Amino acid sequence: MAIELKMPALSPTMEEGTLAKWLVKEGDAVKSGDILAEIETDKATMEFEAIDEGTIASILVAEGTDNVKVGTVIATIAGEGEEAASTAVRAEPVEAPSSSSAPPEEKSGPSTSSGQTEEKAAKPAPTQRATDPSLPEGTTTVRLTVREALRDAMAEEMRADDRIFVMGEEVAEYQGAYKVTQGLLDEFGARRVIDTPITEYGFAGLGSGAAMGGLKPIIEFMTFNFAMQAIDHIINSAAKTNYMSGGQMRCPIVFRGPNGAASRVAAQHSQNYAPWYASVPGLIVISPYDAADAKGLLKAAIRSEDPVVFLENELLYGRSFEVPDVADYVLPIGKARIMREGGGVTIVSYSIGVGLALEAADALAAEGIEAEVIDLRTLRPLDTATVLESLKKTNRLVVVEEGWPVCSIASELAMVAMEQGFDDLDAPVVRVCNEDVPLPYAHNLEKAALVDTPRVIAAVKAITNRA
Amino acid sequence: MAKAPARKTAAPKNTASTPAPATNRESPRDPAPYDATPAELEKFYREMLLIRRFEEKAGQLYGLGLIGGFCHLYIGQEAVAVGLQSALDGDKDSVITGYRDHGHMLAYGIDPKVIMAELTGRAAGISRGKGGSMHMFSVEHKFYGGHGIVGAQVSLGTGLAFAHKYRGDGGIAMAYFGDGAANQGQVYESFNMAELWKLPIIFVIENNQYAMGTSVNRSSAEDQLYRRGESFRIPGMQVDGMDVLAVRGAAEAAIEWVRAGKGPVLMELKTYRYRGHSMSDPAKYRSREEVQAVRDKSDAIEHLKKLMEEAGIGEDKFKAIDKEIRQIVSDAADFAESAPEPELHELYTDVLVEQY
Repeated sequence: MAIELKMPALSPTMEEGTLAKWLVKEGDAVKSGDILAEIETDKATMEFEAIDEGTIASILVAEGTDNVKVGTVIATIAGEGEEAASTAVRAEPVEAPSSSSAPPEEKSGPSTSSGQTEEKAAKPAPTQRATDPSLPEGTTTVRLTVREALRDAMAEEMRADDRIFVMGEEVAEYQGAYKVTQGLLDEFGARRVIDTPITEYGFAGLGSGAAMGGLKPIIEFMTFNFAMQAIDHIINSAAKTNYMSGGQMRCPIVFRGPNGAASRVAAQHSQNYAPWYASVPGLIVISPYDAADAKGLLKAAIRSEDPVVFLENELLYGRSFEVPDVADYVLPIGKARIMREGGGVTIVSYSIGVGLALEAADALAAEGIEAEVIDLRTLRPLDTATVLESLKKTNRLVVVEEGWPVCSIASELAMVAMEQGFDDLDAPVVRVCNEDVPLPYAHNLEKAALVDTPRVIAAVKAITNRA
Repeated sequence: MAKAPARKTAAPKNTASTPAPATNRESPRDPAPYDATPAELEKFYREMLLIRRFEEKAGQLYGLGLIGGFCHLYIGQEAVAVGLQSALDGDKDSVITGYRDHGHMLAYGIDPKVIMAELTGRAAGISRGKGGSMHMFSVEHKFYGGHGIVGAQVSLGTGLAFAHKYRGDGGIAMAYFGDGAANQGQVYESFNMAELWKLPIIFVIENNQYAMGTSVNRSSAEDQLYRRGESFRIPGMQVDGMDVLAVRGAAEAAIEWVRAGKGPVLMELKTYRYRGHSMSDPAKYRSREEVQAVRDKSDAIEHLKKLMEEAGIGEDKFKAIDKEIRQIVSDAADFAESAPEPELHELYTDVLVEQY
């Protein structure tokens, strides 16, 4: 049976091309790899190779022909022992397919492309969000710094699961650049607490590979500013693997470290990456404020089968908070926390901004404005339900974010409020963010650039007619 | 015009050379060409032919618009994947590569049907149609991809090796990358950690002479790529990647070293790709004569065929194998063309593993 040679699509966008030149003629014997013709596409002139062995039985499109549609039969090859002449006749009536480069309809199986544009994929219904575990009556608390809470979370999980290890710069012998991993080397040894060279791209990739290979790495970045060197692995390797593999290959890894402005370290060491990571499907992004959440959420992050970016804050490491004194304190990922109830305005924040929001709420209360303060805690998936519920009650929304205003979590929440809470809004959503400049070094300039409590108070007053 | 790399490829026949070490440090033993039984020769031939015919068919389906996007064919390089992977322990060892990955998967015995169906973007594809040519995985076969970012697989592979050592499971990792990826910074970050921690990994540079359109000589200050590990104390081997027995022989020497806990080895396999970098590359950066010369003088499959003929295997056998392979590939293509596309709800599945 003759083999039909069809006009090939030589680029993803090619629909037709020029058959520039035939390099063989009828009756020529050809074998796999021989160049048969030159074809001009929209981008380049390409060589068209033979794949099968045989004799050129017929050439059906003459050289120099323009606008030959992809899929048109341009020649036939007779296989071994076939009569070249007879096959030419049989090949004649074949017509070019009418639909450019698209595969023939009947070949695309039951779910054909026709009407596909009108069809809309049904998004899965949102799952019922978990709530914080209710603590037994009489549960006592212990006072811990955020730093200690994070360390305890790692140590507890490492005791329970040998697959977990900690890797990063100065995490072992130095006991952590910010002392978050203090004591872990002593307890778990050098096999599981590993000092790396200064090589973020390399160890973020190594960690991701180890996670694909079945381990549960905790990768510490000395700060997230340095993770920009490694962001390819966080996004392209860790976040996309489960999807790209059709759910076959996982990457359960935690990337953690301090994020956001510290103190007087200037532009390159002071940036909030929360909006960057929160924009990526396939990642979980957590950014806790207090020690209890730091502990409960880091434990949840380590247990998760998904890749987690866990954004801490250097200025919070030394602050102390009450942490429930229970054996295994784990919090749900994706659930915001109402830090303070109130009916006058909703102030939403995360990380260090929560402290500012709470201070502002106290000051506002003294002036008769009761603010509800929400700590988002998880930035992806974002707990929009809790925010919208509060908005329904207060009808006013202020977002406080220690970070740039443009394309921020604040901008995202403003959009959520407009799309899903428009009828509940009595005033425009206001964002209180850092100034839109690289963070300066000079003390006065740094102070002027960063979000603070007076700005939160002013913003609330502006939308509650109390300015 | 770049100097013809064909001659370089053709030079070391049947040998794999390990250069004299710069110091008196211990190094892997000198490899010898693998002494294959007739049955093994036939197995290699069958696997290499399957890769070639599969890739030719993939090229054809691309031409028909059934495969979209980027599609990088492995034609010409078959001896590398077959020679190396035949030496690994499929139950223990892991493999990772870049986007030119069809050949490695076939060499691992993964069903051609699910690979081809992934290329055509069908639900029956190995990544359920969501990965495509560059993003295919088989955790079951310890094949960890299939990665689209040049060089990423080297760091990820180092992580696979880390996991082997961490668990003490006796496995090793093999990370393939090209001469182009050999200039990525993360490759050297990985070399450093791999040797520092004596990780069980074989770094494999498939030097097919061209990083897309840029020849090794135009892109690499040190063009003898097997030497790229020297400053990390990683021993290097340069191997004729067009000779499956040389590849297999060198693999055994490298595996011996790595499995003994002596740290990584860097292998440079000198090979050649006959097709463009991807399907839309007209390959104008090299002459037709250069490609033809490699096909005529150094083709890996023809070379193996000659060895088999010398071993007394007759033409009938080759014809039978050829027919059988064509049938497998044709069945794979039929399957890949007729299998249904993914259901639309699959758009939203597998973004995350858990529900939050």
